Amino acid sequence: MMSYKEAFRSLKNKKEGALVCFIVIGDPDYETSLKIAKTIVNAGADILELGLPFSDPIADGPSIQAADIRALNNGMNTDKVFEYIKELRKFTDVPIGLLSYYNLIYQYGMQKFYEKAFIMGVNSILVADMPIEESDSAVAHSEKNKIDTAFMISPITGNKRIKEITDKVTGFIYAVSRLGITGARRDLEKSTLNFIRRIRQFTNKPICVGFGISRPQHVRDIIKAGADGAIVGSAIVDIIARNLQNKDKMLKEIKIYVNQLKSATRI
Amino acid sequence: MKSLGKFGGFGGIFVPETLMPALEELENAFLKFKKDKKFNSELNELLKKYAGRPTPLSFCENLSKKLGCKIYLKREDLLHTGAHKINNALGQALLAKYIGKNRLIAETGAGQHGVAAAAAGAKLNFQTDVYMGTKDIERQKLNVLRMKLLGANVKPVDSGSKTLKDAINEALRDWTANVTNTHYLLGSVLGPHPYPSMIKFFQSVIGKETKKQILEAEGRFPDLIVACVGGGSNAIGIFNEFINDKKVKLVGVEAGGAGIESGKHASRFNDKKLGRIGIIHGTKTFVLQDKYGQIHNTYSVAAGLDYCAVGPEHSILRQMKRVHYTYATDKEAIEAFKILSKEEGIIPALESAHAVAHVIKIAKTMKKDDIIVINISGRGDKDLDQIGEIIT
Repeated sequence: MMSYKEAFRSLKNKKEGALVCFIVIGDPDYETSLKIAKTIVNAGADILELGLPFSDPIADGPSIQAADIRALNNGMNTDKVFEYIKELRKFTDVPIGLLSYYNLIYQYGMQKFYEKAFIMGVNSILVADMPIEESDSAVAHSEKNKIDTAFMISPITGNKRIKEITDKVTGFIYAVSRLGITGARRDLEKSTLNFIRRIRQFTNKPICVGFGISRPQHVRDIIKAGADGAIVGSAIVDIIARNLQNKDKMLKEIKIYVNQLKSATRI
Repeated sequence: MKSLGKFGGFGGIFVPETLMPALEELENAFLKFKKDKKFNSELNELLKKYAGRPTPLSFCENLSKKLGCKIYLKREDLLHTGAHKINNALGQALLAKYIGKNRLIAETGAGQHGVAAAAAGAKLNFQTDVYMGTKDIERQKLNVLRMKLLGANVKPVDSGSKTLKDAINEALRDWTANVTNTHYLLGSVLGPHPYPSMIKFFQSVIGKETKKQILEAEGRFPDLIVACVGGGSNAIGIFNEFINDKKVKLVGVEAGGAGIESGKHASRFNDKKLGRIGIIHGTKTFVLQDKYGQIHNTYSVAAGLDYCAVGPEHSILRQMKRVHYTYATDKEAIEAFKILSKEEGIIPALESAHAVAHVIKIAKTMKKDDIIVINISGRGDKDLDQIGEIIT
């Protein structure tokens, strides 16, 4: 399995940005979700960011909440999440990040969760509702179990805080390109570009930009502005939601879409 | 942040990074203005001349005779908009004004907090949007109409269980997207720091008045104070003044719904299987959830108690054994609702009826001169539609 450092270095050598693709594990069901992840990797994704479905995902928009509910209704749970990672690891060595809400990790047992994540081949864990103030335990468990940390930075995060956050990151920085929740939208705000530059003053660690990235042009703009990667989530989840009745079409659309996005990371 | 807002091992700030600047701003403003003379005198004026404070402490002659001990009611039901929620709504709206926000958002379950937020928003010139689960909209039609009349937009929430929990999810999302001009007027002692402490500050007026009033009436403190507990703001409001007076027994009453064993309830403390420590809506506290931490859908006849988590301070008060937490079922609450109406001519909110139900249950263990204060957190007019359906 490839580390973030290796992945980002090799992309840099190729003069490419990282395409980070997000899906919810088990959406719409275990088997299909596994096929989707493999399709995404085959189509060129450099990193997978995989969400644990949660009943009350306050940081996510309607698309991803619906995906969470689909997965949960089809029996997804934390034990099966780890089985899924194990299966997926037989297939690919691209870095895999988990995105979870705090309660799921807490209920599983912090140590048990991080330890199992490492054994199954997870690279990083980002906890959507965990600001740095509440991160001591998670950071300690990450270190102990050789899991990288990832934290979000938002456009209204002050400079002092940006510094504090980047200091805690060992994996990558998830830069939230706009206020609000996840979800695809048409235009990428100009301020995003300044935002990336603002974070860059404080760190050389990888910066990936997410929230509302849906078009190849967005990806291109972000990479040009100096980001190391672009995170695309809701737009892929939307393809899943649109094609629940026709899985072949779903996989085909995802393949074409991810392919286009990947091309846009080559600048 | 100046503090992480911990109550022992409970509470905290479990929110997405996007909300941190807003919480920091709110904490700063709260710490500054809670000691500010002008802010407090303005708030007191509003509470007195707009909301109708102080509320009376009423002695229940008939119920006392019937149950064989002295029963007093703290009459938050007499407040403007019909519940204790207005104390907090005015406090936070005024604070938002001082911070310089121009828009309020709120969540509501029973509709009481929504109505209070809408009134405070109208009075203090805010644009106000209230998120409400579609299931609650259905069972609290009158309050929906009230909010609309008060100029608020009622935003229906159709996700999840379509109740308070989902309304909070939506309100948090809205706030995440609009933090720069919007204040999230959270209605109970829940959520991330500084909300639980701030809302306690605004609600503790209930206990302060009660203390003074019971001393006037009886020359001593009560033996027992009972309040219903959803998120638990009316309970914290009346308990807080008495926490250090260990002789005053404090009891919080959760919603027992269709019974604990049925799984259809909102009793976080009394269901050993589903009620465990967890993290939801920004705070660490007792939460109804499954083995993996997926939040359990709650149920209660009282929309205002129908919520998956309890305010974090209640968790520490329980752990310290300072407050005892029990529950009353739907059936017991409805019976108490009828008894209080008939005996005293006071129609309590179905939420508050849970507290009354507990007192009816335990009265026989009390002595004749024992004094019980029940916090009647709201009035029951809003529940008549629903009660009409149940009792006819």
